[in-house]
Amino acid sequence: MSNITAILAALLYLAILFGVAYYAEYKLKKGKSIINNGYVYALSLGVYCTAWTYYGSVGQASTRGIEFLAVYIGPTIMAALFWPILRKIVRICKTQRINSIADLISIRYGKNFSLAVVVTVLCILGVIPYIALQLKAISGSMNILTGNTETLPGLSNILGDNTLYIAIALAFFIMLFGTRSIDASEKHEGLVAAIAFESIVKLVAFIAVGLFVTFGLFNGFSDIFSKAADDPTLSKLFQFSDTGSYSTWTGLILLSMLAIIFLPRQFHMGVVENVKEVHIKKAIWVLPLYLLLITFFVFPIAFGGKLLLGHTAINADTYVLALPMQHGAKWLGLITFIGGFSAATSMIIVETIAISTMMSNNIATPLLLASQKFKPKGDGQLTNPILNIRRFSIILIISLAFLYDKLVAQHFSLVSIGMVSFAAVAQFAPAVLGGIYWKQASQKGAMAGISIGFAIWFFTAVIPSLASAGIISMNTVDQGLFGISWLKPLSLFGMQGMDSITHCFFWSMIFNITAFAVVSLNSKKTGQEAYQAEIFVDIFRHSSTPDSNTIWKGTAYLPDLNSLLANFLGAERAEKIIATYARRHNISLETNKADPRLVAFAEKILGGVIGSASARIMVSSVSKEEELTVDEVLNILRESQQVLGANKELRKKSAELQKATAQLTDANKQLQDMDRNKDEFLYTVTHELRTPLTSIRAMAEIVHDNTDMDEDQREQFLSGIIKETERLSHLITQVLNLEKYESGKQLLNMTSVQMNGLINDAVRSIRPLANEKGIQTEIKIPDSMFLVQCDEALIMQVLTNLLSNAVKFAPQNGHVSVTLQSTYEELQVRVHDNGKGIEPGLHELIFDKFFQAKNQTLRKPEGSGLGLAICKKIILLHGGDIWVESEDGNGSTFIFTLPLS
Amino acid sequence: MSALKKILVVDDDPYILMSLEFLMKKNGYDVMVARNGKEALDIVEKQLPDVVLLDIMMPDVDGYEICRHIKSSKKLKDAKVVFMSAKTKEADIKKGYDLGASLYITKPFSTREMIKQIKELIA
Repeated sequence: MSNITAILAALLYLAILFGVAYYAEYKLKKGKSIINNGYVYALSLGVYCTAWTYYGSVGQASTRGIEFLAVYIGPTIMAALFWPILRKIVRICKTQRINSIADLISIRYGKNFSLAVVVTVLCILGVIPYIALQLKAISGSMNILTGNTETLPGLSNILGDNTLYIAIALAFFIMLFGTRSIDASEKHEGLVAAIAFESIVKLVAFIAVGLFVTFGLFNGFSDIFSKAADDPTLSKLFQFSDTGSYSTWTGLILLSMLAIIFLPRQFHMGVVENVKEVHIKKAIWVLPLYLLLITFFVFPIAFGGKLLLGHTAINADTYVLALPMQHGAKWLGLITFIGGFSAATSMIIVETIAISTMMSNNIATPLLLASQKFKPKGDGQLTNPILNIRRFSIILIISLAFLYDKLVAQHFSLVSIGMVSFAAVAQFAPAVLGGIYWKQASQKGAMAGISIGFAIWFFTAVIPSLASAGIISMNTVDQGLFGISWLKPLSLFGMQGMDSITHCFFWSMIFNITAFAVVSLNSKKTGQEAYQAEIFVDIFRHSSTPDSNTIWKGTAYLPDLNSLLANFLGAERAEKIIATYARRHNISLETNKADPRLVAFAEKILGGVIGSASARIMVSSVSKEEELTVDEVLNILRESQQVLGANKELRKKSAELQKATAQLTDANKQLQDMDRNKDEFLYTVTHELRTPLTSIRAMAEIVHDNTDMDEDQREQFLSGIIKETERLSHLITQVLNLEKYESGKQLLNMTSVQMNGLINDAVRSIRPLANEKGIQTEIKIPDSMFLVQCDEALIMQVLTNLLSNAVKFAPQNGHVSVTLQSTYEELQVRVHDNGKGIEPGLHELIFDKFFQAKNQTLRKPEGSGLGLAICKKIILLHGGDIWVESEDGNGSTFIFTLPLS
Repeated sequence: MSALKKILVVDDDPYILMSLEFLMKKNGYDVMVARNGKEALDIVEKQLPDVVLLDIMMPDVDGYEICRHIKSSKKLKDAKVVFMSAKTKEADIKKGYDLGASLYITKPFSTREMIKQIKELIA
């Protein structure tokens, strides 16, 4: 196949990718978001599978056997933990407008600038070689496709190198779709759609090769596997080898568990581009399924390759492509190449965007802002420079990767570079996980942990590979640092028997975690830090009102703030954002001094644009902030705790609210639901009005039109009209009552009420009804008196409602009882009937408005269907609770509680 | 002249039932009533009515279900079905006609109007 065909195919594929991205953004403009979909989200996480998966796993399987699976088992295990871990990170990042892992760490630890820089540098060092590896895979696969010899290393023939053009096209793509908007925390619609698309392409291509090898070159799985089993070198690949294998497995699984969240590209796709938290639920099973599918044919291809090409000099890493090419399937070869190309490009694209955001936000922009003395003019003047910085970072990263590929990469195998990257980003895990679950975690601790982990990573993973590549001398590796024998990078402290990556992971993590924990426990925190710790760890408590408990002390002026935002967003948008925020939080914009909440809000908005570090510099340039002490912060937090603690009722409510918030993650849908509920309520009300109206009208017309009807009949119709009119007015009263409770217009007329007497009265009032059905009523009340604060008339209403329901549902000659009990905290009233009971699935639903009407099997002609809904409202207004206990056949018991004191 | 036209009235509201029974008798039809879906299914099978006045929301079997039953049965499919319901949404009405109903009357209705329409229907 000619060189031109290959490069044209690659460029054509990139053009399709552009098409997909454009289409997604076009759709968005039309109001439909493609990426607002759990499957698309899960597929975009498939960016985990790079060229290393695509080509490398076959290579690894054919030399080291099933060990290659470890890096897919890790993410599969982690996927099960996505809901508690990834969702928490997503929630934090959304409410704090965080757009990179560097931002996450620096904001958690008191918006610390140097932490952000360290994290960024570690990412660059750890990941650029990994990007280079993808470029190497592209050029390597292109050579196999075209039958060229290996591209010469070095820069001698750079213009004849296809990789250069591919790299330029990629940089162009990334700049186009990755720097769409200045706010990096906004979603990149086209980008995510393209990455999800790439995940499909590489999966389909890989499976195509798998099918070709299994059924085209062999006669199915049993053929391949039985031939492999006959070959002693291949059959060994099914077994765990005996040297250091268990530690390797454990190490690789743990490493890849962390990588699936902390690799910059995974963090970007999984957290920054996440549209809805519920999509994570899809990813929990779709991602493992994807990994399973893409590894399914690894063994057949590896064995097929060994059996058919094992005698040749062809590298096992290239079997995926070599097998179809060697057997004349040129077209399949081209598809395979595109599959590998998509695996490589998706990784390059996302990784570059993630790192360029970090680079520009945490290093370049702060430098720019510091170098030219910043004066807010309020004309959007900084939008372009910042976008340009981001674009420049992209070019820089791609260029660095390209140079690395040309100058350094040929010394390493595919796998080692990937694992070194994994080990680098694993260094963030203690600071991030500690930061979101442990309030004690401190800035100094995080810095200590990451720095020492970073150093050990460099020493045990990078130094040996540099040495073996001949870039530095082997002395350190052979004799230890400064000739000290227990400082050998591959057997630190004399530790032997682990492979180099596990060894690196083991020691760097031990030191990282220890330093992080010990320093955290022994360091003092600033107010800012203590506050962020509180917010991060208890994010689900704070995210409903993330701005209302802002802690910021100092002076800033509104016009300054306005023009500061205008510099980045343009005057019009800045003004709109501030006005909206002020209106929502009831902040007056009349005064010249800015409300602290506005200052914090402005900083957060800027953080989304230029990263937290720069945002902090910017805001401090227009304000005079006073440092809060830890005591002050804790006081503010404690005060709010005390207010909560003082009032039990409030605490209960806040628990309810919390529950509600967790459920209502999707604000949009919720609004629609509310609208629909209101419509439905209205529809049901009018529907319920229609039935009595129909009979009244029919009966009235009959009486009117039939003057000759006999007296008895007339009497029957007329009393019917009266009864139905009563029903109608009862219904209207009930609807109005309910509306009153729901809108909060109903005030409670609280008095000290003697509960024993109230119950006696209520039972007396329904006794005639009970006698009609021959029902026995029983009151079980202790001798002592029970006084409770409540609205007597309303509680009476609840009691009679529950009692008349009980009489209604008890069988003929049945039995109804009322029990009163008390604990120190609350009074409990139980109304029991021995009817046929209520099935468990309905226990919650029966308290809904018009539940009867909507569920025809339960509908009774009498009753408005609002009684229980009203009871519930009344009891909740009192701070009590109401529920039903019932087993089929054993009657049902309605229970309500009222708080004492 | 064949025997009296048979009309079955189905509704779970006793007053509506009482009114329609009176009205249909007075206009010279042979009237039967059913208080719920099960009774209705029973009666249509045995009595083969010419017209069925059918409420939709009922405790056990709903009106749509009964209509479907009538229209799919060989011996019953000539019976004319008239829905009378408080369900007034477009979709509900369309569903009624799609199931083969001759008329869909929304509640509240005028009995005078209704009688006129029934007469036209049977004529």
